[in-house]
Amino acid sequence: MSSHLTPPVSSRDHVQGNKKAPLTLVEFGDYQCIYCGHAYPIIKQVQQKMGNRLKFVFRNFPLSEAHPDAYNAAVAAEAAALQNKFWEMHDTLYEHQEQLDWEHLFLYAKTSGLDLERFKADIEEESVSARVEADFESGVRSGVNGTPSFFINEEKYDGDWGGHDLFDALNRSEK
Amino acid sequence: MLKTGSAAPEFELFSNPDQKLKLSELKGKRVILAFYPADWSPVCSDQMALYNETLKFFLRHDAQLLGISVDSKWCHMAFSENHNLHFPLLADFEPKGMVAKLYEAYDMKEGECLRVLYVLDEKGMIHWGYNSPVGINPGADGILKALEGLDKSLNIKDELSFDPTR
Repeated sequence: MSSHLTPPVSSRDHVQGNKKAPLTLVEFGDYQCIYCGHAYPIIKQVQQKMGNRLKFVFRNFPLSEAHPDAYNAAVAAEAAALQNKFWEMHDTLYEHQEQLDWEHLFLYAKTSGLDLERFKADIEEESVSARVEADFESGVRSGVNGTPSFFINEEKYDGDWGGHDLFDALNRSEK
Repeated sequence: MLKTGSAAPEFELFSNPDQKLKLSELKGKRVILAFYPADWSPVCSDQMALYNETLKFFLRHDAQLLGISVDSKWCHMAFSENHNLHFPLLADFEPKGMVAKLYEAYDMKEGECLRVLYVLDEKGMIHWGYNSPVGINPGADGILKALEGLDKSLNIKDELSFDPTR
């Protein structure tokens, strides 16, 4: 219904690419959602093609009842963010969607170069789970109705995103 | 769609294979009625799965969610178990779609409920309604805004009828 990103992108967000880019793509994603897994390489391609023109933001939208490991995976990525390794973890999770139990999450923390003792403490931090929940609530408020949901320049994008569709939609928005 | 401010029609429907639920049993609580076309159809699964995750937000406003479709109580049971749903699904099964018709949320051509949402206040009056295109999952933001609107009007009433002993 509502189509505007609430709250808007700010310094608290995980941002990839040129911070002053004319285009902003926000994804609400769930690490265990197969459609998000399909979107992952598409977004990479779009980023590569658009270069400096695009800034990409990821917010958590784990559907915990449908995907039992999604919430923990989101917590792991947020804990990695505290060691400035959010995107490394984000990518690893989408590349290993079928194995997101804690044992594997710790393994990914290790391969991402995290300090494991700190990671272990951080995943228990209330601020980390609060962060995941705040992202989820922002999604609900912004009219996210499933994952992945995209916002282009903070307006909900309801069109197709497979193949070249997302790239084309972004190009159209720039003009 | 029924008009806002009108009384929500009473109904009684199966909420599981051996129990019926009457709308009037929920008086004093806010009620969200989510009419949807069919169990198992992809868009509906997304919508009900989403609401399953947003129940805690509804609960903050003391609101009970009820899903309603023309599927039978047994079909609802299987769908609910499969999706791990934590709210009742009501079977508007016999006479088919009778409640949906009462709420002007029935698609005569398809023989299914439309994708219609209503938010009822604690007195059973319709506070908000929304008819979403059948193919589009309306999300939960409209419901939350409606519930927040109810909170606001309640606060104003509280101020008007200020009780110093409280």
